[in-house]
Amino acid sequence: MNIQLTDEERMIQKTIRDFARKDLAAVADEANREGTFQDEIYASLAELGFMGITVPEKYGGVDFGTFSLVLTLEEISRVCASTAVAVSVHNSLANHIVLKYGSEEMKEKYLPRMASGEAIGVYALTEPDAGSDVSAIRMSAVKRGDEYILNGSKIFISTGDKAGVIIVIARTDPESKTKGMSAFLVEPDHPGFSVGKVEHKMGLKASSTVELVFEDCRVPAANLIGEEGMGMQIALGSLDGGRIGIASQALGIAQTALDEAVLFGRERKQFGKRLVDFQATRWKIADMATNIDAARLLTYRAARMRDEGLPCTKEASMAKLFTTRIANTAVYDSLQIHGGVGYTEEFKIERFFRDARVTEIYEGTSEIQRLVISKQVLKEYEQMYPA
Amino acid sequence: MKIIVLLKRVPDTEAKILINQDGNGIREDGVKFIINTYDEYGIEEGLRLKEKVGGDSKVTAVCAGPEESTEVIRTALAMGVDDAVHICDPALAKPSPFTIAEVLAKAISEEGFDIIFCGKQGIDDDMAQTQSILAEKLDIPQVNNATVFELADDLSKAVLNRRIEGGDEKVEASLPVIISCEKGLNDPRYASLPGIMKAKKKEIRVKNLADLGFNEAPSSGRSRVLKWLPMPKGGECKMVEAEETVDAVKELARLLREEAKVV
Repeated sequence: MNIQLTDEERMIQKTIRDFARKDLAAVADEANREGTFQDEIYASLAELGFMGITVPEKYGGVDFGTFSLVLTLEEISRVCASTAVAVSVHNSLANHIVLKYGSEEMKEKYLPRMASGEAIGVYALTEPDAGSDVSAIRMSAVKRGDEYILNGSKIFISTGDKAGVIIVIARTDPESKTKGMSAFLVEPDHPGFSVGKVEHKMGLKASSTVELVFEDCRVPAANLIGEEGMGMQIALGSLDGGRIGIASQALGIAQTALDEAVLFGRERKQFGKRLVDFQATRWKIADMATNIDAARLLTYRAARMRDEGLPCTKEASMAKLFTTRIANTAVYDSLQIHGGVGYTEEFKIERFFRDARVTEIYEGTSEIQRLVISKQVLKEYEQMYPA
Repeated sequence: MKIIVLLKRVPDTEAKILINQDGNGIREDGVKFIINTYDEYGIEEGLRLKEKVGGDSKVTAVCAGPEESTEVIRTALAMGVDDAVHICDPALAKPSPFTIAEVLAKAISEEGFDIIFCGKQGIDDDMAQTQSILAEKLDIPQVNNATVFELADDLSKAVLNRRIEGGDEKVEASLPVIISCEKGLNDPRYASLPGIMKAKKKEIRVKNLADLGFNEAPSSGRSRVLKWLPMPKGGECKMVEAEETVDAVKELARLLREEAKVV
């Protein structure tokens, strides 16, 4: 497994790094303070091709892989983790699902609009009673003529109010728990769709999180993704990519925590010594750097495996579990090194501290990741040493 | 219109520069290399000119440098440059501006040109000579430190501002012309993902000295680099410390008068 970057990947990394440090950094602080979604940033990202990273050329994308997406999300998150949310969901969930499960007609109709950034793709799975337990989904979809009628609501939907395309998992058969779900592609102007409650979150302030309401929402039958009953399969089949995406976001957050700790610790003096000259600081720096390297290796490995078409459910979950954990310890330690000023909005670490927290919750909680990993590990042992 | 943009591979502006043991170059291990930042303004201006003039206009990048220069050439191609010539020969290790200008002149003549853009200087050697020697070799006018560039509608001449001490100088030049670019001329575009994808299929013509008709590296001119030295270290710093500030000030005044002899 080669985790070195190719020439091309280095070029992609340079472009997104330069963009993040210049264009994104110029607006990130204010956007997060005011809680505004940066339309022009997404427009620029789309123009540079970042909204169609894994989409093939014939549908208007650039046909690079998951690995390039990881580099992209990592660099964006080093500057603004909020911005990475929409880029991750759009690429690793929405684009991916349409590409993998959509009909040719659907791909031709929607992917060019999604890859060009004209339509931001969002993913609507969570419901008040269905979070980690996907099979508890209640939202109904009933076929009537050449339409499906959707009823119910989805909560905690990232960027839901800016969506051009919404991937919705709903129940087509109330009798069957796991096989009774289906996936739909909904457009915001389909009758009966509306945006509900807007959440006020602890972090990721420049990324909106909303409720989506479907009241007798009429969706063309052609917008069923795959076949009826494939909802669970589609929901679970997209998780690997989504988890690698959030691991990349956490990786960027962790890297900035270390960067800020070292830069601050070199300047700040107490008792006549720089903070980085105290052993207490040194140990934190060593732990952060080692954890970040390990997290990067896990995340890059998962991405490479996914690009090579290898099963990577365990590896994606390990990357997500570990990286989101060490991101939270890194922001904690970095803030500790900053001391009092780190607790103020004057210093970047305050925002990153808040942004890091949710990475251990969304896209599968750490508890769910452990469930996935242990299941896979036990399966491997079952094969090696049958009971 | 045939537009040439020159580019040089240089250490990243953020790289820490250390002189190698032999004192004839820098330590390259761990150093990231980029397109000379002033050359990026040239690339951008070349691309804008092509977009404006349209037709069968073409932008060709010419780069003389080691094999590793491929990455910066590909970056230029990803920005939108159409194709590239890479002059690469072991005999061109650490070339002087004279040598490089001679070689570039030959390669550019073979390509044909109406206008040449380059950076006002390499951010590594800071010699700022190549473009002027090249203008002489090609026998064309040169305009250095351009901050504004416009081409007359009939494509006959260029009207430019060039940065001079305290302001700009407005000048006019006939074509063909070589223009060295100053910061502020434009805001160079990023290499987009579609650009990076297309760059894979674009041609880089690699030429060595023999391909360009040279038997050996052209003369390095009348100056010669003898040795590279590290930045001189700053003088010793003496900290004045005392329990009370007033005592420290007295001591500082005494040192300035008696030791430094400046007051």
